[in-house]
Amino acid sequence: MSIVVSHVSKRFRAEREKKEGFLAVDDASFEVPRGHLLALLGPSGSGKSTILRIIAGLEIPDSGEVLMDGRVVSGRPVHQRGVGFVFQHYALFKHATAEKNIAFGLEVRKWPRGEIQKRVRELLDLVQLRGYEDRYPSQLSGGQRQRVALARALAPRPNVLLLDEPFGALDAKVRRNLAAQLRALHKEVHTTTIFVTHDQEEAIEIADEIVVINRGRVEQVGTAAEVYDRPATKFVASFIGNVNVIEATVDGETAYLGPKRLPIRGFDAPPHARDVVLLVRPEDIEIIEDETAPGLECTIREIRYRGDRYEQELDLAGLPVRMTEDKMRGQTCERRPGDRVRVRLNKYALFEAEKGHAALRAQLETLGYIE
Amino acid sequence: MRENQVSDGGSAAANPKPPAGRSRMRRALGPENLMIGAVVVWFSVLVLFPLGAMVRGVFDSGFADSIRSLGSPVALHAFWLTLGITVVAVIINTFFGVIVALVLARQRFVGKLLFNGVLDLPFALSPVVAGFMFIVLFGPNGWLGRWFEAGGIRIIFALPGMVLATIFITLPFVTREVVPVLQEAGTEQEDAARTLGADGWQTFRRITVPSIRWGLGYGVCLTASRALGEFGAVLIVSGSVIGKTQTATSYIHQEFTDFHYAGAFAASLVLAVASFLMLMTMEVIRRRVTARME
Repeated sequence: MSIVVSHVSKRFRAEREKKEGFLAVDDASFEVPRGHLLALLGPSGSGKSTILRIIAGLEIPDSGEVLMDGRVVSGRPVHQRGVGFVFQHYALFKHATAEKNIAFGLEVRKWPRGEIQKRVRELLDLVQLRGYEDRYPSQLSGGQRQRVALARALAPRPNVLLLDEPFGALDAKVRRNLAAQLRALHKEVHTTTIFVTHDQEEAIEIADEIVVINRGRVEQVGTAAEVYDRPATKFVASFIGNVNVIEATVDGETAYLGPKRLPIRGFDAPPHARDVVLLVRPEDIEIIEDETAPGLECTIREIRYRGDRYEQELDLAGLPVRMTEDKMRGQTCERRPGDRVRVRLNKYALFEAEKGHAALRAQLETLGYIE
Repeated sequence: MRENQVSDGGSAAANPKPPAGRSRMRRALGPENLMIGAVVVWFSVLVLFPLGAMVRGVFDSGFADSIRSLGSPVALHAFWLTLGITVVAVIINTFFGVIVALVLARQRFVGKLLFNGVLDLPFALSPVVAGFMFIVLFGPNGWLGRWFEAGGIRIIFALPGMVLATIFITLPFVTREVVPVLQEAGTEQEDAARTLGADGWQTFRRITVPSIRWGLGYGVCLTASRALGEFGAVLIVSGSVIGKTQTATSYIHQEFTDFHYAGAFAASLVLAVASFLMLMTMEVIRRRVTARME
């Protein structure tokens, strides 16, 4: 089933003191094609869970519509929407065994008993919990509870599967394992799936498409590669992946990073000098050995070994800049703190320094630099 | 030894050497044990001794006489009446108590704080005052009573008034027990049930009720115990007509004032045992059922 979220807004009613209330979702729009796996990614409190609950019908939006297969479902109560929902803290029925939890959605739909038993067994196999059917939630581990919750949501064959921070409460190892399982499961059942996460790695790893949310607004919709390599806003650039934020001034085709000058091409330069921020990822900074090639001169402050890579703190005209280098490629170990090196920014983005505004954006391409 | 003398209970416990006689005594007289002792003594004086005295009273004043007086038509009528009133009060208060609890735990409305305070009033108010209130309201010349009287319905000095007074007295118990349980259970399980296709009633019956059942059970037991033992309010609205509107407690009172202690002791014991059994049974069932779940 395809889902369209169209101009949805939701303000939570104020507690007595604050009159304004809290605008949790602000004119959010995006689409999920049938069978896709989409991540709603944002920091905590960004409204992503509220959007998910609105799709499920657990919250009523103040304005805007949710469409399923092209039909507006706003008036349809939760229990008639045919969604499967996995809650962050599992929300398993404490007084019921794993088997009874999974069977619940089938029992309320009045499936015949034999069918229910068959389906429950199927799901126990799917989530690899055969033998645990008689356990109560309190007798299961976190990962097992989450799998029961997933099986319970899938049992009535929902048109849409919604997962709210499904792995948030689990430790890192179980989390990675379950994430891989979810991906595999999605390949198998092909239910349209939306999951909420604050973990960008998780989103990149699992989702076909990512919707980045900040303060209730949709910042960008795109594939993992799109949001990572071509962030639409300053927020997206800084939230996803690591990034150096360097304050600079633009004058014509030159950016000034302190006393250093960086020629910029393809940047729709404003007529007068302007404050901008230059965002560059640590892995997009490269040390150049060629003495004659253009580059920005800086000093190495610190070198840290990170297992698969070296991480170095550079001093670029007084600004701290972090870069990473592959172990294979890097000659870093031969360098020492205090060494002077020249670097090239392979990829970067420029944004107007005004908060949240992203009108100006440099083309991301390889550029040469002179001091 | 010298070390032990200066050390307090805590560090003596941490000492790997077995404690010598003197420090053991110190520990026996430690604050925890003193508190346990105080609780036992306090409880004995207030609860166990009176109960023991009541049991002894039954035997001292003649066991056979006690049994005989319990079997008398007047006593039987009083007990049946009390039982009937209790059952009705429990059913009505359970029904409305759960609704009130749901509203208090889940809804926000203007005046909730005030409502929350007023809810305990029936419990805080003297039962005699409560009874008097009902007389003023429902008596033959009362504001509402005169209309009922005109319609030929008698409320005061009759069964409806007694039921009404009992319901009033036991009003907050179910709600007060259920609200915290509801708050602790939260709404996530109910949300989950709804996304799984359960409608409002299915969600309530299959998810909400099981999650509040122990609080509800305890509330019902308290309501029933209180209803069984209610005296003041019911006495005032009933007029305590022997064989007609006399309840178990007012029967006890009457036997006592008639110097017929055997009957008073026996009836008292029956009421006490009934309340005790109810609370114990409830606790035993709870432990047995939740042993695996929690």
